Amino acid sequence: MVIKILGSGCANCKKLEANAREAVKELGIEATIEKVEDFKDIMAYGVMKTPALVVDEQVKIMGRVPSVEDIKKYLK
Amino acid sequence: MFAWLDLLIQLLVEKVFKISMSTRLGSSIHFFFYDTIKIVILLALMIFAISYIRSYFPPERTKKILEKFGDITGNIMASLLGIVTPFCSCSSVPIFIGFVEAGIPLGVTFSFLITSPIVNEAAFAILLASFGWKIALVYVITGVIVGVIGGILIGSLHLEKEVEEYVYQIQTGEVEIEKMTAKDRAKFAWDNVKDIVKRIWIYLLIGIGIGAIIHGWAPAPVLAKYAGPNNPFAVFVAVVLGIPLYSNALGTIPIAEALINKGVGMGTALAFMMAVTALSAPEMVLLRKVIKPKLIAAFVTITGTAIILVGYLFNAIAHFLV
Repeated sequence: MVIKILGSGCANCKKLEANAREAVKELGIEATIEKVEDFKDIMAYGVMKTPALVVDEQVKIMGRVPSVEDIKKYLK
Repeated sequence: MFAWLDLLIQLLVEKVFKISMSTRLGSSIHFFFYDTIKIVILLALMIFAISYIRSYFPPERTKKILEKFGDITGNIMASLLGIVTPFCSCSSVPIFIGFVEAGIPLGVTFSFLITSPIVNEAAFAILLASFGWKIALVYVITGVIVGVIGGILIGSLHLEKEVEEYVYQIQTGEVEIEKMTAKDRAKFAWDNVKDIVKRIWIYLLIGIGIGAIIHGWAPAPVLAKYAGPNNPFAVFVAVVLGIPLYSNALGTIPIAEALINKGVGMGTALAFMMAVTALSAPEMVLLRKVIKPKLIAAFVTITGTAIILVGYLFNAIAHFLV
């Protein structure tokens, strides 16, 4: 599973990344977490409000920081 | 609405601190505690309520709506949607690219980019706390008008060439707007409350502190003379001062409140606030990534002028509003 965090390095993006890592750890699944910081690449997903969570190339969450529990739902 | 608080703080000052309300120290302390508590209550309530509504209008949806409108109606729609679409200067670049890419006219895009930051939940809440409903509503309406007019003017200059070429080449994907439950929306709204309060509380306390000192000590006749509604330069200076400041400077509104009580023009204070929110130096730096200096200059000049005119207008009609 490939998880991408879209965001230009703002505080919320870091929080989302941390939450995503925690969710992966708690679920005990195999997943790589990548950060997408260039806004051209972010736009390619159609996302206009960061941070956003992309799981296997699908935008799951945008414009808010979901909780660890929240993210888990999208990783199952 | 806050008479109970007013009374409570009076009791605190007179019975607990044992300072008479008619002394300068007493009235300053009263101003500080009363304003702090009132603003925090209103800020939390308003940001929560407005953010909840805003969770229905992510920029991706706003973009879809705006694609359907042409000039002028488009400008009006863009400004109105600017009220309900959450905005932070960090997302101004993606929003700009997304709009341009979707074929939304430049002028319409700017209507959105002008109104959206001016009419934000924090500004609204602080205005409500400091000046009441009428002024807060009038502020929202004028924010929309400034956006519509600013956008139409920028559109009429036909500066499409002043957008960086690569913007037109970016391919944006389509995204499905996620379905949020009521719980998600409440969490989104509550996170927003925490986020904004965390960002501005220190400025707010400093602002209220200075406001409290002005309230107790500043000589009203002097202020009224130099910054009152009759000084033609006051609005201009306020707007120029507001441009380099960032929206954290909203904390300065309690200063404005205290100044207005001392005779500074209402329009001067509102113009300052609009300049702080609509035109900020960090946002210009970000926008420079997508538009050339000429268009930035047009944006700052047109928006700045519109805000100055609003300031004069309010100074002229303020006594009908309060």
